[in-house]
Amino acid sequence: MLVQFYNVSKIYSNGVKALDDVSLKIERGEFLFLMGPSGAGKSTLIKLFFREEAPTRGQIFIASRSIVRMKRSEVPRLRRNIGIVFQDFKLLENKTASENIAFAMEVVGANPKEISQRVAEVIEMVGLKGKENSFPGELSGGEQQRVGIARALANRPLLLIADEPTGNLDIDTSREIMELLFDINRKGTTVIMATHARELVKAARKRVILLDKGRVIADNPNGESIV
Amino acid sequence: MRLRNVVYFWREAWKSLRRNKVLTIASVSTVSICILILGMAVLMTANAGNVMKKLESDVEMVAFLDRALTRSQISQIEEQISRLDGVKSVKFVSRDTALARLEKSYGNKEYDLKSTLGKNPLPHSFEVKAKNPHDVPRIASKVGKIEGVYKVNYGQGVVERLFAVTKWVRAISLAFIVLLSLGAIFLIATTIRLAIYARRKEIYLMKLVGATDWFIRWPFFIEGILLGTLGALFSILLLAGAYSSLVSNMGSVYFIPLVTGGPILNQLYIALLAAGAVLGVVGTYISLNRFLDV
Ligand SMILES: Nc1ncnc2c1ncn2[C@@H]1O[C@H](COP(=O)(O)OP(=O)(O)OP(=O)(O)O)[C@@H](O)[C@H]1O
Ligand SMILES: [Mg+2]
Repeated sequence: MLVQFYNVSKIYSNGVKALDDVSLKIERGEFLFLMGPSGAGKSTLIKLFFREEAPTRGQIFIASRSIVRMKRSEVPRLRRNIGIVFQDFKLLENKTASENIAFAMEVVGANPKEISQRVAEVIEMVGLKGKENSFPGELSGGEQQRVGIARALANRPLLLIADEPTGNLDIDTSREIMELLFDINRKGTTVIMATHARELVKAARKRVILLDKGRVIADNPNGESIV
Repeated sequence: MRLRNVVYFWREAWKSLRRNKVLTIASVSTVSICILILGMAVLMTANAGNVMKKLESDVEMVAFLDRALTRSQISQIEEQISRLDGVKSVKFVSRDTALARLEKSYGNKEYDLKSTLGKNPLPHSFEVKAKNPHDVPRIASKVGKIEGVYKVNYGQGVVERLFAVTKWVRAISLAFIVLLSLGAIFLIATTIRLAIYARRKEIYLMKLVGATDWFIRWPFFIEGILLGTLGALFSILLLAGAYSSLVSNMGSVYFIPLVTGGPILNQLYIALLAAGAVLGVVGTYISLNRFLDV
């Protein structure tokens, strides 16, 4: 079991109850969609995985380690095992595609040889060959998201988490990005993706967890009955 | 720490300094101005201290002796005074010497006091210096109790007031320097915060991919040290130039004992350089921590 949530609640300091008694389990190698209306708590749930937020109540295990009682000094190790993909890509504008990817490895102290090898590998994997030296401003939205995904993969994470990765892309580009994520999942990485895109989820036939007002209201193994 | 990381930290620091030229110049200027003001304050304090030390070291006491004492009684008294705690020197001044000094202070031959008065009215005395001028009043009261000493003078009243004044001057200048340093730290932290703010996205990403706080901090600290040292260097050059021309222009003219000793000034300049580096690091530390809280 890769991820276990037990009765997790999150109340923000302003009193908003974003998650209410959420329990769930995720197996290694799964592909999981998080759905639900705006404000349902999807992003909040995602932030709990890598300790951008800590839960108010409940227990969370990732790879059998509690990340609730985790010390601040142990958080970097946790995060190196989790790749994060953002809706707005969050690329550094003054770095090229390959520099953006290398950045994720440099700052965890990887050695330069390893970095250049791995960067070439993930560039190939996400289909960006030939665009290595382009700056984000010179890339299309879909290409920028590919850089974002490559960066998330650079440190070989166990778990890839994407919060609305196709939210800023048109439908055709979104489908391409979905294919890429499925491909990554087939190669063994567990993927969790929050999205509003019903068509994509419907076509995928993967597990879907539906949130509403901070509660899990459905958990369907192949998404049929939900979408 | 691995060499690879050290190289990385320095390269990142250098890149950041070059990339944000405007902010770099702003930070260096801020440090420069702060160190310049701080340096002037320290120089003024050092000189005030020098003047006060001089004034204080002039404080001594004179013990007047009873008239009818034998030579051996006098040397016994000298013994007793020099044995007192904190006494630096004891110098015998005979009544003849004292009279000669008095006459001289009235302008040499014009007054022949001895013939005017018929005899020398002055007693023998001892001039006593203390190791620490602040002990003068205490020692004076002990000297006054010695048999054969009939009076001790040390400028009672005036000396106590002098010491009170020097104490306050020292305390106020110290407080002034501390306040200036705090102001400098605040100002520098604010400037550096702008530089860090410009890179907050980068810091956020570093945190999310699992960089440790120290890995993120080092390049910024190196940057802070470089900014601080560079800024301090400019202000020290300016300060040293201005001060040495001040000393050569007025040092010999006035009685004010300016601090001119090479080693003292060099120590001061090195201290200011170190202060620049420390201000840079502390400023960075204060500004950075907020952005690391992800
Ligand atoms: N940092 C925060 N401080 C306070 N309240 C927050 C914070 N982040 C989110 N919230 C609140 O928590 C609730 C859940 O927000 P969250 O962002 O998790 O929803 P979401 O499902 O991701 O929505 P969307 O689909 O619009 O992205 C909302 O009511 C939101 O206003
Ligand atoms: Mg969201």
